[in-house]
Amino acid sequence: MSALLQASRVTFQRQGEDVFEATDLTLNAGQATVILGPNGSGKTTLLRLLAGILKPASGTLERSARTAFLGHLPALKGELTCRENLDFLARFHGAGTLNSSKALARVGLAGLGLRPARALSAGQKRRLGLAGLLVSPRPIWLLDEPYASLDDAGCRLVDTLLEGHLADGGTVALSTHQHKPQLAQGFQTLQVSPARRAEVA
Amino acid sequence: MIWKSIKVGFHRLGSPPTFYRFCLLLSPWLWAGFAICTIIGLYYAFYVVPPDYQQSDTVRILYIHVPAAWQAMAGYVVMAILAMIALVWRIRTTEIMAMMCAPIGAAFTLICLATGSIWGRPMWGTWWEWDARLTSMLVLLFIYLGIMGLYAAFEDRRKGARVACILVLVGLVNIPIIHFSVEWWTTLHQGKTIRIFGESSMHYSMMPPLIWMTIAVKLMFGAALLDRSRNELLSQDRRKGWVAKKLLGKGVK
Amino acid sequence: MSAMLALLLRDLRLAIRHGGESLMPLVFLFAVIILVPLGVGPGPNLLAAIAPGMIWVAALLASLLALENLFRPDHEDGTLEQWWLGHLPVTGLVISRLLSHWLVTGVPVILFAPLAAQMLYLPPQSLSVLMISLLIGTPILSLIGGLAAALTLGTNRGSVLLPILVFPLVVPVLIFATGAVAAAADDLPVRANLGLMLALLVLAITLVPLAATAALRLNIE
Repeated sequence: MSALLQASRVTFQRQGEDVFEATDLTLNAGQATVILGPNGSGKTTLLRLLAGILKPASGTLERSARTAFLGHLPALKGELTCRENLDFLARFHGAGTLNSSKALARVGLAGLGLRPARALSAGQKRRLGLAGLLVSPRPIWLLDEPYASLDDAGCRLVDTLLEGHLADGGTVALSTHQHKPQLAQGFQTLQVSPARRAEVA
Repeated sequence: MIWKSIKVGFHRLGSPPTFYRFCLLLSPWLWAGFAICTIIGLYYAFYVVPPDYQQSDTVRILYIHVPAAWQAMAGYVVMAILAMIALVWRIRTTEIMAMMCAPIGAAFTLICLATGSIWGRPMWGTWWEWDARLTSMLVLLFIYLGIMGLYAAFEDRRKGARVACILVLVGLVNIPIIHFSVEWWTTLHQGKTIRIFGESSMHYSMMPPLIWMTIAVKLMFGAALLDRSRNELLSQDRRKGWVAKKLLGKGVK
Repeated sequence: MSAMLALLLRDLRLAIRHGGESLMPLVFLFAVIILVPLGVGPGPNLLAAIAPGMIWVAALLASLLALENLFRPDHEDGTLEQWWLGHLPVTGLVISRLLSHWLVTGVPVILFAPLAAQMLYLPPQSLSVLMISLLIGTPILSLIGGLAAALTLGTNRGSVLLPILVFPLVVPVLIFATGAVAAAADDLPVRANLGLMLALLVLAITLVPLAATAALRLNIE
């Protein structure tokens, strides 16, 4: 197994205070990691840190492959159609083998290519976001609450996509608090704990 | 050896409690120095210097106007140096100090503009003249206000300070350009403006009060900067342990 | 490079989709050009004298209009943070975004400046200098405005702060540009003014993208 991402003793500070305890994490090819922790424990911050959107306050972080990050925000332009959104992502991050129409079909949005993204429901927007992962091949997937606002079929879809991605030698780290992924490959878990604060009452 | 001890001292000042103590210790001395220099300076300005042969007693406003103008600019340089240190080494106390320079600098700019305007009324016959120096000062005031506004607009004080530090450095590059362009503009649009110092150089008797007042203003800037930085630090860290220890005495967890 | 081009094309496509909103700079330019004569009177001499300043101030305010939306929508829908995941340094993407801002706010003003100049009786020999000054100067406005937009991104009162931050920084551009146009009207040499503007443009192109990138980075945290 080769490590695609390696983080050791990473921390992040907000308003001059650590958000979570120093964290170690290795993401290996073909392996999934589920990040657990109560609300406000810094799961999202950790994922954004791993993605390189944030810079760690201390610790080291090494990524040896291209990274995709899917957060709470859909990262879509409502004025553009579904296909235009995907075409942009493919051009922006580098295109893969799967074109926009096929990616849309994979996430169950076949036939909606010409619909503006703002006309989609919340669940459909999540699916479109997932399609964005497929149009440009990036081995490291960092997904923040990928199961949020998805129905049962949608959750199974996420699991299928994850299994496919892992089988292709990718890796994934995701945060979740209700639905646990059901993957053929299984997964490791990482508990994030909020940093203790020396606060005066 | 000396370099190393300076470096260590500098690092210690990065720690909030040490910095707090440093400010508390130094600022009374600066305030005292300011008071002494001001008394001497104002005594010279009012009683020793003879009235100007053209401007009579109005010239005495110079002893506030000119030191304030110098400090408005020097304050920007101090702020820019602190901002640069803050951005490169990410030292929090320097970030705070850089930010606290802005209101003081803005106040001196305002003093300079107000005294200039009051002086201009009998000299030029108007309250406001589009003179190169006054216009530059007005623009400088807006740069100061922009920095203060930007810092205040952030909820996360630390983030606000760092973003505003970038603006401070951008301003540093721009101020000489703005000054040059305004000079260019006044020569283009009007004839010779009245020069404050004119062709006749300053009489030597005018020098002592100017020097005393300049030193006084610099000491006051330093004192105000230390006091403001100390207060800002306290307000930012009010929930931290060291503040409770400092203010309430030891024994608080 | 392909990422820069992709971003530029998408921005322009969005600008076209927004339609009316993208025409605002032009509407603004003509609102100023029409309102000022109504305010100061139709005298050709007076209008000709203030024409360069008016057109330039209008161009400046027009470029301010779109600034609030330069990075904010992208910040709010999550597309901005994706910039740090691309394979291109973010500075390149910032340049691309500023270029699209210039194409949408600067270029229309340049294209319609001759018409505005006619309406304000600008002396014909000044027109070419006005055009050159706009060609050099409006990119500087986009760059400075873009920097201000990047700095204020993390605040919730960007619209109040933007003019305060932009105004001092654009003073030199305004002075050199209007100075050049006024000098041309009197058949005086304009080389120095335009040369200084070119120097400002070079300075802005080198410094602004880096400073704006640093500001964006701090603001998305």
